[in-house]
Amino acid sequence: MDESQGLFLPHDRLQDLLAALKQAGYQCMGPQVKEGAIVFDILERADQLPWGYREKQAPGHYHLEKIDKNEAFAWANGPQAIKPLLFKPKETVWRVNRGAEGKLEFVPHFANEKPLAVIGVRACDIAGMAVQDRVFVTNSQVDVRYRQRREQLFVIGVNCGYASQNCFCVSAGTGPEIKNHYDIVMTELENGFLVETGSERGQSLVESLQLTNADTAQKEQGRQRIDTAVRMQTKRIPLDNSRKLYDVLFTNLDHPRWKEVAERCLSCGNCVQVCPTCFCHSEYDEPSLDGNSSDHQREWDSCFTQGHSYMTGKIVRDDIEKRYRQWLTHKVGSWHKQFDTSGCVGCGRCVTWCPVGIDLTEELAAITGESNQVARAETDETE
Amino acid sequence: MRRNDCYQPYEAEIVEKMQETATVFTLRLRFTDSAHQKQFCFCPGKFNMLYLYGVGEVAISIISDPQNRETFDHTIRAVGRVTKAIAQLRVGDKIGVRGAYGNGWPLEEAVGKNVTIISGGIGCAPVVSVIRYITLRREDYGHLKVFQGIKHSRDMIFKDYFLRWNQIPNTEVIVAADKSETGWTWSTGRIVDALKQAELNPEDNIVMMCGPEMMMKRVIEELLRRNFQDNQIYLSMERNMECGVGHCGHCQLAEYFICKDGPIFSYAQLKHIFNVPGF
Repeated sequence: MDESQGLFLPHDRLQDLLAALKQAGYQCMGPQVKEGAIVFDILERADQLPWGYREKQAPGHYHLEKIDKNEAFAWANGPQAIKPLLFKPKETVWRVNRGAEGKLEFVPHFANEKPLAVIGVRACDIAGMAVQDRVFVTNSQVDVRYRQRREQLFVIGVNCGYASQNCFCVSAGTGPEIKNHYDIVMTELENGFLVETGSERGQSLVESLQLTNADTAQKEQGRQRIDTAVRMQTKRIPLDNSRKLYDVLFTNLDHPRWKEVAERCLSCGNCVQVCPTCFCHSEYDEPSLDGNSSDHQREWDSCFTQGHSYMTGKIVRDDIEKRYRQWLTHKVGSWHKQFDTSGCVGCGRCVTWCPVGIDLTEELAAITGESNQVARAETDETE
Repeated sequence: MRRNDCYQPYEAEIVEKMQETATVFTLRLRFTDSAHQKQFCFCPGKFNMLYLYGVGEVAISIISDPQNRETFDHTIRAVGRVTKAIAQLRVGDKIGVRGAYGNGWPLEEAVGKNVTIISGGIGCAPVVSVIRYITLRREDYGHLKVFQGIKHSRDMIFKDYFLRWNQIPNTEVIVAADKSETGWTWSTGRIVDALKQAELNPEDNIVMMCGPEMMMKRVIEELLRRNFQDNQIYLSMERNMECGVGHCGHCQLAEYFICKDGPIFSYAQLKHIFNVPGF
């Protein structure tokens, strides 16, 4: 954190921030407790935030509990990143009208959505967004719908002060401190937030709140919070999420571990659904009942389905071993060659939301021979 | 706005339809927007996404010569959901087309060299474009050898083309059918065996091939045995394609998106992953 900067937003003025966003024309989204998990939804009032909640995560396990802290962001992450806000789970990409003599008129589809502001974005979520930007925006072809939402998105990041058992963003090189792609970044303290800005629009919004400067003690407390989230992490991704994973994985395509993990994997695709970077989608038509038009849809797809690799009467990945290997070799291996980054941001969601608790860091440890446990000096204190 | 949306097709009209075999047909298409037709260009090996109203899209390679800017041709086998429905269309019907996508054959690199074309089955469609391209610019290339393998003699498409090409100077055509009926004038047997008997020298030679991967694997083994280098061999690859622009993820082959990094690859690019089940 830049020591010269830093304002203080008391907890009881969080509502003013939401009001300022609304005033600026944004629909505000924020984390809320829904059906036993923390998810992003429309946020009208600061009291809808998950005050006093923290989750316990373990492989195949997620459980919310109340803690004795009146804080809104004392948790690590929920099942969603912000991916569904930009890359919609399902959307119409164009419509075709069929007129007289079968004439086809193609009409682009833009939903004219209100610009979104999202509060409570984690470092891993931002890293995931940056990865998807490389797929849909800074690629040879641009997805105009994604780009429009992305340009409009107002990002209010909140640095983590807590890490779950499945978090490994430190080794993935993505967190827990948010360093880019934000308009405003906050660090939660006992009674409010340290606030910094990362864009002009972020700055003008914060200026309208007329906050006081944070004092040295508050800045120090913010630093300690982030350090805590670093020290709490016990899990790591082998080879530090580097390009070396490509070499190791692609020279181990017949490693016995693939068969072994395939015996546990249900091929359900939960990992893909919760992953902030998975971008596969399928396209299909939804013709209207009157036969005069058809909506061309796209919907999230998963490399764990049979249909994903279907090709003129043949399924390329006809068993789970081939599908899991495709997912993992792509995610942390071939992704480097495609997008000059790993496809893994260290959020741990695929580990938590896997019904059988398959842990990709453990699978990588088995194949690379490098541990997925953070080495600790004996004198190092952990929380 | 529409120009920017890479997902949106343009309307095209079927100006001619040629039935090649019982299940294979060729559509001659023209964009109804003449300005779009005018600026539409491609090189052999590229493909278009063809859209049938209310049914969906399918990736099909372009087989006509790029110099013809009035129309473009696609040869299609009615085998899947979309292609079977497209087979029902008639002259005058409209479809959607977007493209051209993909990288195309290394025709610049092949200038002045001998060219060997090897294909199997309907796989010949992507290479027909390149054969035509070379035969129309015959003096730019050295000796042209075309190997075409088919399962059964009655699957033979573009019969007249193969006969005509065989008459062109410095050009040799070898067609082999695994099974043949009486009256079959070409050879009978596997294309790999035909290749083994042929005179084929790696010097100044560039190989372009297309077809079932098992066939290509055997052909590559034979070529390597004859001291061809990995980067002299080019393959056209096929996988599930839905978007054509590198977004949907279906056509991935290890680090490649076949739709935008391919569909043509040198064997040097693919050898670490070629024929590995599941990729």
